Amino acid sequence: MPEHYHYLQQLINGLTVGSTYALIAIGYTMVYGIIGMINFAHGEVYMIGAYIAFIVIAGLTMMGLDSLPVVMIAAFAGSIIIASAYGYSIERVAYRPLRGGNRLIPLISAIGMSIFLQNQILLAQDSKDKAIPNLLPGNFVLGESAMNGVVISYMQVLIFVVTFVVMLALTAFISRSRLGRACRACAEDIKMANLLGINTNNIIALTFVIGAALAGVAAVLLGMQYGVINPHLGFLAGIKAFTAAVLGGIGSIPGAVLGGLLLGLAEAFGADIFGDQYKDVVAFSLLILVLLFRPTGILGRPEVEKV
Amino acid sequence: MSRPILEVSGLSMRFGGLLAVNGVGLSVNEKQVVSMIGPNGAGKTTVFNCLTGFYQPTSGSVRLDGEAIEGLPGHKIAQKGVVRTFQNVRLFKDMTAVENLLVAQHRHLNTNFLSGLFKTPAFRRSEREAMAHAAHWLEQVNLTEFANRPAGTLAYGQQRRLEIARCMMTRPRILMLDEPAAGLNPRETDDLKALIGVLRDQHNVTVLLIEHDMKLVMSISDHIYVINQGTPLADGTPEQIRENPDVIKAYLGEA
Amino acid sequence: MSLAIRKNLKTAFFSALLVVAVAYPVLGLKLTTVGIKLEVQGASPAVLWTIAGCAIAMFFWQLFRSQLNAAWSHAPKLPSLPAQASNFLTLPSTQRWVILGLIMVALAWPFFGSRGAVDIATLILIYVMLGLGLNIVVGLAGLLDLGYVGFYAVGAYSYALLSHYYGLGFWVCLPIAGLMAAFFGFVLGFPVLRLRGDYLAIVTLGFGEIIRILLRNMTEVTGGPNGISDIEKPTLFGLSFDRRAAEGMQTFHEYFGIAYNGINKVIFLYLIALVLVLLTLFVINRLLRMPIGRAWEALREDEIACRALGMNPTVIKLSAFTLGAAFAGFAGSFFAARQGLVTPESFTFIESAIILAIVVLGGMGSQLGIILAAVVMILLPELMREFSEYRMLMFGALMVLMMIWRPQGLLPMQRPHLELKQ
Repeated sequence: MPEHYHYLQQLINGLTVGSTYALIAIGYTMVYGIIGMINFAHGEVYMIGAYIAFIVIAGLTMMGLDSLPVVMIAAFAGSIIIASAYGYSIERVAYRPLRGGNRLIPLISAIGMSIFLQNQILLAQDSKDKAIPNLLPGNFVLGESAMNGVVISYMQVLIFVVTFVVMLALTAFISRSRLGRACRACAEDIKMANLLGINTNNIIALTFVIGAALAGVAAVLLGMQYGVINPHLGFLAGIKAFTAAVLGGIGSIPGAVLGGLLLGLAEAFGADIFGDQYKDVVAFSLLILVLLFRPTGILGRPEVEKV
Repeated sequence: MSRPILEVSGLSMRFGGLLAVNGVGLSVNEKQVVSMIGPNGAGKTTVFNCLTGFYQPTSGSVRLDGEAIEGLPGHKIAQKGVVRTFQNVRLFKDMTAVENLLVAQHRHLNTNFLSGLFKTPAFRRSEREAMAHAAHWLEQVNLTEFANRPAGTLAYGQQRRLEIARCMMTRPRILMLDEPAAGLNPRETDDLKALIGVLRDQHNVTVLLIEHDMKLVMSISDHIYVINQGTPLADGTPEQIRENPDVIKAYLGEA
Repeated sequence: MSLAIRKNLKTAFFSALLVVAVAYPVLGLKLTTVGIKLEVQGASPAVLWTIAGCAIAMFFWQLFRSQLNAAWSHAPKLPSLPAQASNFLTLPSTQRWVILGLIMVALAWPFFGSRGAVDIATLILIYVMLGLGLNIVVGLAGLLDLGYVGFYAVGAYSYALLSHYYGLGFWVCLPIAGLMAAFFGFVLGFPVLRLRGDYLAIVTLGFGEIIRILLRNMTEVTGGPNGISDIEKPTLFGLSFDRRAAEGMQTFHEYFGIAYNGINKVIFLYLIALVLVLLTLFVINRLLRMPIGRAWEALREDEIACRALGMNPTVIKLSAFTLGAAFAGFAGSFFAARQGLVTPESFTFIESAIILAIVVLGGMGSQLGIILAAVVMILLPELMREFSEYRMLMFGALMVLMMIWRPQGLLPMQRPHLELKQ
């Protein structure tokens, strides 16, 4: 295959995966921006969303409801609702009681919660891979043929469209709505926001819910794209999404998007160069490099510590 | 007294769009007590942070005994003999009072791994001396009975004294006190004044302080610098400052 | 209906609904692969009733929350230890006798125990050593290291590789393994220790994973996913504990003219582990009474104050990190010797999490607490074999609960009482 088609293909693949990383990364970045903690359990919320999506899809198929739009909308709805429920509950149970004080303690609680959730699914659903058939087969071919051109699957198009719409909606919400303004205020200075009468507990809960909902969307998209899930999905997805968030500048939503896309590209081209089994090493190495040389990320603001 | 021990000129600190400190200058001679005063938010603590290496000043020069120290990291400046206290007392709260004082002597102690492991005579002597030094200073600040109490359980005034004692463990040349009298009652403030005097006279320490308590400032300072909104407003002896119309206008109510 | 009750009712409904939303889809429905198709099956009635029960319980708890809380605070408290007894227990002389007694018991016990029991005890000792090592980093210096298992792996593979390629024995490799791990600790720590707490946690996590992935993929050197096997067991001055000795070597039972008994090998390994743990405890206790130990604690409490006193935080952090890594290296090489085989899958993030849980549960900084926590964490699942599947689930829940209920751990660290010489 001619060089430029190959690179274009990698570009498309990288951006597709990258936009799903971006969706998950937004969850991390919003939570970090508002309460300054890494929600270690976020990856598991994504994984749970994937399981819900599969349950809905398999369940509807069993009942004979085969129409693709219905199944997809139901999967999205189920995943978003349940993931949000998890996001909210995790915040209430494991983080809210520990707010303020030592930063180590909520982090350990988050790790514990992550282990708990992963094993909950492991026990309830067993550790074997679960697979669904490709619900959206078919490709667009740009160029002369599949071998001599760029292949964009319908699924990839769907991923692009959905992530684009979701980002648009989120941006509109954050910049135009009253609640979105409150979110921004809390991210800026939570103590002040509290003094001004904003119910910061609710805003924090809302942040977790939004993050979880977006992870739910990503779960459906990636679940349909790859067709296979298992309980260990969350850990890796979580690390990668966190890498994306840090790369773009933690606390910044556009940063999370940029970071996700860049990570997707780095992985696609990295797998090309080093081989597929080193794909994850690319992500980890990128994370370490960013944290060493530019911890504030690409779009982040340097933090001055208060003495 | 040939050259001032501390010379600061043109010190500026910018945080993004905010110019917190704008062209501040100081000159402090050895064994002087110099105060920095000004309304709240005037940038005084920011100046301290710049002088002690916790912020990297945007511009300006800081010379310790002729040696340029601006831009050095905090611990290096402290190693050169410039130590400070903090507005919110930063003691090691879960460690006992005497442990706080022992930790502060870290750089003067025998830190050889094998010596400590096998309790060699050199190690034991070093620990003994450190303990004696700590005990001596606990006595100086009247905290001997609290030696084995966690520092966080001491009363506020006692914590402030402990923090100053801890600074003295490092055998400093310049001691910077950030609002040492805040929250102290009149008697405690008198004790503080006496303590500063002892530090200056008996231990050859130069003292630089930020304070709001005018009575303390006027009675103890050899020289006063007034800062308003990050910019130098005036400087001089207490009498000069008291009479200075700009200072009076800016913030001095009753002297 | 008053406003308060109406609000409570809304909260109660919402909370109960939340319980159902969280529990029913993942616990009440199961994805099963039937043939090539994926199907959803309902869970057993027991599970469904439990979910319903929890929802109802949550409903009533939220409804009567204030009354329940008031009743709880009036409940009789657990009787605390009488003052005299508690004073006696914290006296240094008492503690010294207790420790001496425990050591005697620990030395003598294996000769009367069953093979399985001694084996588990050895496993517990390995985790005690790992816990004590991580304690230096997390508990004393306050650095959250989530990649500790990486140093464990370095130690294990150091011995495995040296034994496999160069035929070196355990006792020669033990210090080398520690040094290798310490070296890795130094090299990895140097660039990352200036990072803030949560970032440091993630970076160390990344390092741990990278080490594991590299070990898994460098098949020509490390044996890949199958690892390295046939690692030599330790010998006692050249006497091997195998049934039949290799060429040119003598076995323990031949030398002493006693019958071969499989348990001797197990007891020997146990005693080695015990000696290693006692050495670790000795070194750490000395470190706590040395300037560096105090510096670690001061750094954990307030790094800014440390800098203001002239202490270089990076050097202090590096010393804790490197030393902690060294202990992991020692534990790793012993682990390799005991197992006879090392694979990358023994060194996953879960191991790091377990060791962290031991440190946190025991009480950060507290050695006795960590020993207790290691015993609890390793022994309990072994005793309750039927519940072994739930082990990790309980770990996770326990970590969350401990942070909420008792973050200082089971046996919080005691401050040493220092005598002031007048």
